[in-house]
Amino acid sequence: MQQLLNGIFIGSIYALFAIGFTLVFGILDRLNLAHPAVFAASAFVGIELVERGGLSLWAALPIVFVFGAVLGLLIERLAFRPLKGRADAHFAGLISSIALAGMLIALLQWRYGPDTRRFPAGSFPDTRFEVAGAQVTLVQVVILAVSLALMVGLTYMVTRTRLGRGMRAVAENPTAARVLGVNVDRITAVTFAISSALGAVAGVLFAINVNTAQLGMGSAIELKGLAVIIVGGMGSLPGALIGGLVLGLAEVFAVQYIGSSWRDVIAFGLLFLILLVRPQGLLGARRVREV
Amino acid sequence: MRATLSTAAVATAAVFVLASCGSEGEGSGSAASGDLAGEGSGDSCSIEAAVPIGAVLSLTGAAASYGESQQRGLDLAAAELAEKGGVTYDLRIEDDQTDPRQAITLFDQFVSDDVSLIIGPTLSNAAVQADPVAQDAGVPVLGISNTAAGITDIGDYVFRDSLTEQAVIPQTIAKATEEFGLQNVVVMYSNDDAFTESGYEAFAAALEDEGVGVAETITFSKSDTDFRALLTQAQASNPDALVVSALIEAAVPLVTQAREMGIDVPIIGGNGFNNPRLMADAGEAAEGVVVGAAWNSASENPENTAFLEAFEAEYGTQPDQFAAQAYAGLLLVDQAVRTNCAADHDSIKEALGGLENVPTVLGEFSIDENRDAVHPAVVQVVQDGAFAVLE
Repeated sequence: MQQLLNGIFIGSIYALFAIGFTLVFGILDRLNLAHPAVFAASAFVGIELVERGGLSLWAALPIVFVFGAVLGLLIERLAFRPLKGRADAHFAGLISSIALAGMLIALLQWRYGPDTRRFPAGSFPDTRFEVAGAQVTLVQVVILAVSLALMVGLTYMVTRTRLGRGMRAVAENPTAARVLGVNVDRITAVTFAISSALGAVAGVLFAINVNTAQLGMGSAIELKGLAVIIVGGMGSLPGALIGGLVLGLAEVFAVQYIGSSWRDVIAFGLLFLILLVRPQGLLGARRVREV
Repeated sequence: MRATLSTAAVATAAVFVLASCGSEGEGSGSAASGDLAGEGSGDSCSIEAAVPIGAVLSLTGAAASYGESQQRGLDLAAAELAEKGGVTYDLRIEDDQTDPRQAITLFDQFVSDDVSLIIGPTLSNAAVQADPVAQDAGVPVLGISNTAAGITDIGDYVFRDSLTEQAVIPQTIAKATEEFGLQNVVVMYSNDDAFTESGYEAFAAALEDEGVGVAETITFSKSDTDFRALLTQAQASNPDALVVSALIEAAVPLVTQAREMGIDVPIIGGNGFNNPRLMADAGEAAEGVVVGAAWNSASENPENTAFLEAFEAEYGTQPDQFAAQAYAGLLLVDQAVRTNCAADHDSIKEALGGLENVPTVLGEFSIDENRDAVHPAVVQVVQDGAFAVLE
């Protein structure tokens, strides 16, 4: 039971990270590799807000959300928009986003140094619950709640609102969308902003969950995020959610039933297997791009 | 034929060069040792010339925080020795930038400057590469922080005053077993780092010697930060203690999450846990963590209380183990010089090897037949946010 919960908590963070990733990927067909850097940067900024600004953890979250959104706009502006007219725009954007990620990490190192940073002791409420014999902290419950709320909100927005319709129109066919009067540039920018804001919140939640922020934390989760969006089905939001949970649970149960040394082999092996059986991913529809 | 001839020529030339080097070296060496022999012995020893001592420390780069502490320890010891008089030291501290190649260069330089002894380098991996330079030249080396196995196997001129993890861990396990009546433990270690892996091996051997059962051995990666799944697994075997070999980066989240999950048994850590950041970052969760260390900061022996006071007065902060070992190192060198009242290489080497039961900040200190340090380790437990001696 405890392991099941462990898997769900870590899986929900993977999912939140992957949903931001897959949003840009699914709608714009761009792979934004600066996403992991946003993840790390927001963790550091969140810690600074709590440490210096004296904010509570939960007050810091919305600020980090906004910070992530601004970073997303910057990423779109600097790494993607100038290259969008090129024939190899997808590939060029991928490379320039890596470059931007490198710069972001270097800035973080300049600002915060290479050491691991943590929230000041005592910034977490130490309320604990017992659920069917398993220990759960209030912090974990809130992490899960925030992740789920953001995912549900995002799904609602994409499927029900005007902005969401615009996104889907751009995803379907940018040229046709432009002809129909959709402001493609604005939709693109907003998509990046939302995507990065989600990545930023995932970063802070991850840092809260393990009380650790390292410069390399983004690259550690990057591969997992990519695996999750591919297993879940490219561009599928519910797919990313399920993919994240599957990966989290696979890791945890690999430890329990096989051995800690085999964790990554088992977890990624399982993902590989899923792809062999369902090449389009769990919820991916062939040839039809969803948001 | 022609090749053979030129080879022969080169060989001959080399012999000449070597011979001239040799005679030059001997010349300056004997001249130096002429000045470096004094009169009297022990406290009354007096040597006219200042004894040149080279120190290679990592003052910049990844190990800079250690090197800085060491520099302070050495400077403090040098100032005290200057005040004492009789024998004065010309302490030259150089920065190896946490780079073994730079350490080799500096060792070469100190050897050609004909210093009486070289202190350092800060890191074991630099020592492995640089110490042979001094060994080949017959210049004694005193490591003040090298804890890796095999450093003193480099040669008979290589000494150290730093206890190895292999010396500290058995004492830690023995003490903890006695204190907590350990019967059954879970061992966790990161298996992708040479230091934590060798720490794990020492733990495994010590646990076997003490007859403590290991219910499970769990590995993780040094970059891991979420240990909940592993800890749940550990919790299932209901251990009397967790034995962990990890660097501080992993130690903090591991300890925090263990306490959060309600694992209240003692956590016994390796050298990576021996860091004030454990208490600073893990806060209350660090309570009850047991760590072995070479230096007992709370020791009340007169050398230690004087050291604490002097260090605090000079630098305004508390010294750490690196400062203490550096401070002890230079005083031990002084002790060795005064034994024969001579500061040439071979007298220092011989006197260092004969050090026995010298009172130092590290406790009663001796050098064993392998030129390694022998002194009591201290087993500490975190209490009220600070390391206290486990008793």
